[in-house]
Amino acid sequence: MSEKITSFVNDLPEPQLLSPRQAMVLRARNHSGFLLGCIGLISIILLALAAPIIAPFDPSKQDLLSRLQPPAWYEAGDMGHIFGTDQLGRDYLSRLLYGAQLSLIIGFLAMILSGIIGTTLGVIAGYFGGWADLIITFIITTRLSMPVVLIALSIAAIFGSSLQIVILILGLLLWDGFAVVARSATIQLRDAEYLVAARALGMPLWRIILFELLPNLRDSLIVVATLEMAHAILLEAALSFLGLGVQPPLPSWGLMIAEGKDYLFFEPWLIMIPGVALFLLVMSINLLGDGLRDITSPDGR
Amino acid sequence: MYVFVLKRIGLAFLVALFVSLITFLMLRAAGDPAIAMAGEGASEADIEFIRVQFGFDRPLITQYLDWLSSALLGDFGTSTYFTTPVSELIAERLPVTLKLGLASLIFAIVLATPLGILAAVYPNSIIDRAALALSVLGQALPNFWFALMLIVVFSVMWPILPPSGNSSWINFIMPTMVLGYYATPSIMRLTRSGMLEVLRSDYIRTARAKGLLPVQIMFKHALRNAILPVVSLSTVQFGYMLGGSIIIESIFALHGIGQLAWESISRADLPTVQAIVLIISLIYVGLNLAGDLINAWLDPRIRVS
Repeated sequence: MSEKITSFVNDLPEPQLLSPRQAMVLRARNHSGFLLGCIGLISIILLALAAPIIAPFDPSKQDLLSRLQPPAWYEAGDMGHIFGTDQLGRDYLSRLLYGAQLSLIIGFLAMILSGIIGTTLGVIAGYFGGWADLIITFIITTRLSMPVVLIALSIAAIFGSSLQIVILILGLLLWDGFAVVARSATIQLRDAEYLVAARALGMPLWRIILFELLPNLRDSLIVVATLEMAHAILLEAALSFLGLGVQPPLPSWGLMIAEGKDYLFFEPWLIMIPGVALFLLVMSINLLGDGLRDITSPDGR
Repeated sequence: MYVFVLKRIGLAFLVALFVSLITFLMLRAAGDPAIAMAGEGASEADIEFIRVQFGFDRPLITQYLDWLSSALLGDFGTSTYFTTPVSELIAERLPVTLKLGLASLIFAIVLATPLGILAAVYPNSIIDRAALALSVLGQALPNFWFALMLIVVFSVMWPILPPSGNSSWINFIMPTMVLGYYATPSIMRLTRSGMLEVLRSDYIRTARAKGLLPVQIMFKHALRNAILPVVSLSTVQFGYMLGGSIIIESIFALHGIGQLAWESISRADLPTVQAIVLIISLIYVGLNLAGDLINAWLDPRIRVS
């Protein structure tokens, strides 16, 4: 009897002890949403980077003789302009590729800016507590009570809008997610033993925050960063759509949709193509962010 | 309870004051309003005239206090573009936006809560996955593009709905779908997670054990607790809808406050823009307050802590 048990136990596969990192990689490999988001985002980034090589035309070169040519899959379309041409005869595929660059740059820079602002505020509030927390929580509440689209539009209208100003506006408006997450995560970690130890060792404050606290906020902040980047890209497109974001002739996807809007009734593909591109980019980033949240937080699954 | 309510009201008041100061400073500091109002090609004398006429030459703090005190009395000045009092313009346009916001909220709740409940009752089922897919799609769908696609489908391919105007309730169908769909994912996710949590709790197991009907358990015991956070989320979402209606109204040419904001922004009509930003912010603050108070009223635990 006992022999049987021993042999049974011996036949069991060796229990695998995974390091947290290995376990995370394993979870990532099994998370279809995460993989899908990764593939989507990486392909769009590669296409954007390769735009100067693969774009068949100059995105701002006008050709008034071949205006509003439909895409290749329409009867009247041809392979010369796979996605057709816009109302000024510019090649739509080339504009789309360069538009990807624009969306990614704006989303990324706005996310970095808002990340710096929000994380700084959140960490200060969470780490010091007391009055600092009270004041910063008040600032966050105030920021959350302001209509983002309306304020972004008003400022863009008064400042005059350009690429730099759009990035600045988005970065200065979208930091609330970072601040909220950084604050609550810092409060949870504030009295962790390794932070107490670091304080006891007499480590300077900036080192504690930079090298002990921030690395432990990284996972949750990356999740916020992806979601805020998607948010910034959508908002940029909306601003450009309303004519107060990126200015023509830059090939912003929002702007392309706005320009195609006048041909809505007869050439619906003009808004369909940049819209689908925008949708795919934002969805990839969102899937990546949701996936990261599932993968990095052990109890979030 | 009274202390809690008073504290919350006091905080809301402070936030409202701070929001009004910030929006004022932002709109003023962003550029010289006199230059913007004078338009392109205006002479130096014209700009100077406008500056004195509208009091832009006074210190900012005086301008702010002056603007705030008359705003509190309902006087937002005169629109520089429409040349009528701003308060009249807003009173005329606000009902349309409120109607749209309310319809969208109802649309979102009617769509989202049953889906969320079903997804929680049958986790990992087809319904759950479909609901999740719907919310992922919804969050990635640019609302202005979704609006245009609806126009393509329902006004161009099958012309059954009017693409613009606000003469009857039919005009509200598409804007309601766009705005409402935007709020659906978050309401659905919250319903689902709240419901999942409640269904795992001890008192539901007790209710099952003593043989209550599943319907009774679902609606009388589980839903009432799961729906709590959804109530306050809905009030906040309502605020977002009012803010987001600027894009939707300008696409569907609905004469609400969003379109008014859009018109006045593109015409540098500063008094109107300022008034709209202030009013929308105040509505946000009010809705947040309402959400918190409703929550406290529904859930005694919040009041105490």
